[in-house]
Amino acid sequence: MTDMLTKRIIPCLDIKNGRTVKGVNFVDLRDAGDPVELAKQYALKGADELVFLDISATLEGRKTMHDMVLKVAEHVNIPFTVGGGISSIEDVDALLKCGADKISINSSAVKRPELVNELANKFGSQCVVVAIDAKNVDGNWIVHLAGGTIPTKLNLFDWAKEVEQRGAGEILFTSMDNDGTKDGFANDALAKLSEELNIPIIASGGAGTIQHFVDTFKKGKADAALAASVFHFGEIPISELKEALKENNIAVRL
Amino acid sequence: MKLVIINYGAGNIKSIQFAFKRLGVDAILSNNPEEIKAADKVIFPGVGEANSAMKMLRASGLDALIPTLKQPVLGICLGMQLMCKSSEEGNTKGLSIFNVAIKRFSNAVKVPQMGWNTISDLKSPLFKDIKEDAFMYLVHSFYAEACIEQIATTNYEFNYASALQKDNFYGVQFHPEKSSVVGEQILKNFLAL
Repeated sequence: MTDMLTKRIIPCLDIKNGRTVKGVNFVDLRDAGDPVELAKQYALKGADELVFLDISATLEGRKTMHDMVLKVAEHVNIPFTVGGGISSIEDVDALLKCGADKISINSSAVKRPELVNELANKFGSQCVVVAIDAKNVDGNWIVHLAGGTIPTKLNLFDWAKEVEQRGAGEILFTSMDNDGTKDGFANDALAKLSEELNIPIIASGGAGTIQHFVDTFKKGKADAALAASVFHFGEIPISELKEALKENNIAVRL
Repeated sequence: MKLVIINYGAGNIKSIQFAFKRLGVDAILSNNPEEIKAADKVIFPGVGEANSAMKMLRASGLDALIPTLKQPVLGICLGMQLMCKSSEEGNTKGLSIFNVAIKRFSNAVKVPQMGWNTISDLKSPLFKDIKEDAFMYLVHSFYAEACIEQIATTNYEFNYASALQKDNFYGVQFHPEKSSVVGEQILKNFLAL
């Protein structure tokens, strides 16, 4: 028998006004802008989980998110996390009632750290993911907000430990230095997070090749790896990625 | 087929309802004892903290009803844990359908266990056509110890009971409703019991 929890591969879909935004190149999709169609495809192709990130700028846009979550829950048989613009117990309650398995919070936790406690107490740590965006500034990993544009005074490792203490069930760490580079994940920082914390760490930012995933699981000690464009554009088919991980003695679900 | 999902305020029942809908069965959500008693099959869900979930069960009187049910009952995740004798979480007394205690994983492993792990040593009609070492999705910090009532085991820190059965009562620690086609097969098997 396999005696290991497997490493997870997580495609991330950006959603604006209920539609996927980043150009998606899936030949067998009727409508690549439809998050439900895309999610079903990913579930079939072996994705372990999905993340939907709402980047709608308007209230109306955000409202369409509830309908989308409901439809995804209805049609998709793997777990999914919803993030973007979540700042209250009411926001989370509504999304979980629509069928989201987990929610992720980012700037709202920085602005009011007690939110993490409140959500963990009310809904359980298992559904509270804290997303952290950070940049290496002169050797010090600094937490940033608003897609890496606004620096905070928080150190990545201190902040991650604090949210773990407050009841976060998982950390989604995006290195803003690596994001979009396709040059690999920030494995040194990831390994440090994984060693210092006792909750799962999702690696994000920098995926470009299959080897990058191997490295982030081996060197970065990540529990899961998240990526967007390499999956959406079919550059790395998930089945091929998982076979390669298996060949490298990394436990995956096949 | 009248399928009732016990709705006592704990957890993500929408996902379970949708999973059965994908199998063509419209489940009824209910906390009405008469409706639950009259069902062909009963799902006992649960996500969250054991002690507060148990309080909600007691408040609705369902703690007395559930152990007396005669039709197949499937506890999922926290539902399974509450069917056990006790839980270390919130020092909670359970329904004692299964004679096993629920304990917390140590900090030798990451807690919660979150993700896909295998189920092995399968022995129950619940796992008809399910292969040994099939992958299931799990999210939990507490586990049932290996015991005589186990019908599946999973290894995380050690071997523990990831599914239990006693008479008409079934409990699974994993989430069949979130475990892809293999999970759907388990739900189908439950409907066929």
